[in-house]
Amino acid sequence: MGRRARRLVSGLIILALAGGGVLWWLAKPKPWDAAHWEGVGEPDLANGERVFWAGGCTSCHAATGAQDDARLVLSGGRPLKSPFGTFFPPNVSPDETAGIGGWTLAEFGNAMTRGVGKNGEHLYPSFPYGSYARMSVEDVNDLWGFMQTLPKSANVAPPHDLPFPFNVRLALGGWKLLYLTDAPRAEVNTADAKLAHGQYLVEGPGHCGECHTPRNALGGFEKDRWLAGAPNPEGEGRIPDITPGSKSIGSWSASDIASYLETGFTPEFDTVSGSMVDVQKNMAKLPASDREAIAAYLKALPPS
Amino acid sequence: MKIRAFMFAAVLAGLGVTAVTAADEPQAVRQQLMKKVGQAAGALSGIAKGEKPYDQEIVKASLTTISETVKIFPTHFPAGSETGMETEASPKIWQNMDDFKAKAAKLGSDAEKFLAELPADQAGVGAALGILGKDCGSCHESYRLKKE
Repeated sequence: MGRRARRLVSGLIILALAGGGVLWWLAKPKPWDAAHWEGVGEPDLANGERVFWAGGCTSCHAATGAQDDARLVLSGGRPLKSPFGTFFPPNVSPDETAGIGGWTLAEFGNAMTRGVGKNGEHLYPSFPYGSYARMSVEDVNDLWGFMQTLPKSANVAPPHDLPFPFNVRLALGGWKLLYLTDAPRAEVNTADAKLAHGQYLVEGPGHCGECHTPRNALGGFEKDRWLAGAPNPEGEGRIPDITPGSKSIGSWSASDIASYLETGFTPEFDTVSGSMVDVQKNMAKLPASDREAIAAYLKALPPS
Repeated sequence: MKIRAFMFAAVLAGLGVTAVTAADEPQAVRQQLMKKVGQAAGALSGIAKGEKPYDQEIVKASLTTISETVKIFPTHFPAGSETGMETEASPKIWQNMDDFKAKAAKLGSDAEKFLAELPADQAGVGAALGILGKDCGSCHESYRLKKE
């Protein structure tokens, strides 16, 4: 091999390594700097409970069919079917070994808002950190404090059941580059405190968009279809459009929406159904002002 | 002329027959039954919210409607009525018919319990409606599909 050829080969190798390095750097998990989670102070447990219900943690992390107080045992394992495979939400009870009792606030916060696990690995966005990314440090801290007060469970959930290529965790780095953002999903008048609060609840902890917004083949939200309804990821039927353009709830007033979230009854005295039953149970535990803010935000959205 | 009149009559009769059949289809019957339950729940809700004054007769009539309607409701799910006519019935009903019937029976027996001990005021109606609504929801959670 001539000198020139050798130089070309080593040049290519260096380029390939550099390119690979850039890719690796782009795709690697990105937790917050440690300082982000420091100095938040003692958690406000009452607010933590409110965030817990707003976030719907129990809908996925409690055991299948759990009712009443059993919904506070976050033992994990209830299967979540999706077009990408079946996810098994983990035990997030305060148990030190089976749950997350041994975690720090920073570890919990990075999981919640950056989708980074305790061992620095990417978490699957079936855990809706794509929404939780908008949560304030205070709310995460309060939630963390409240969750420590819940019962421990020694249950170990099965691993996710995903076919190739969805079982490659590093690929999630690419997904995050494309889709993980804490920017607002919709433009509303945030000078109005009620609307701003509704936006926070719906786009952040409430993670309404995770089911109500249609996704593309890579699992990212379809642009300009925010909350416009989507196929039911768990099987037949549809998750309804909840913008003012909706055929099912477009005609509802803000107080109809708030009342539905509180009682489970539609204005026609039909009731909540499907996976929304669980969501409504959570929403019923919020202060009325939270449900009113959610309703105000939904009415302020552009119609689909 | 006679033939034309005869054909006209036949067409009319045919239309009549189809109209009757459509309303008799199990899908349509059960939609009507659910509407009846919804209207009864609506009457109770008006009282619970204080939009309507407490009226013992209305409370009694509404609870009776709910209890009687859900007794016959699960008998309207014969094989062959799984789809069509915009039914929101989930295929799971036919896979778990016993559980489906048990859930309907739960609403019926709760309604009867309140009939035996009639809620005596606005707050009582609210509490009863809370329990009945939970029964509705627990069945709709598993067995009703929204199709928009």
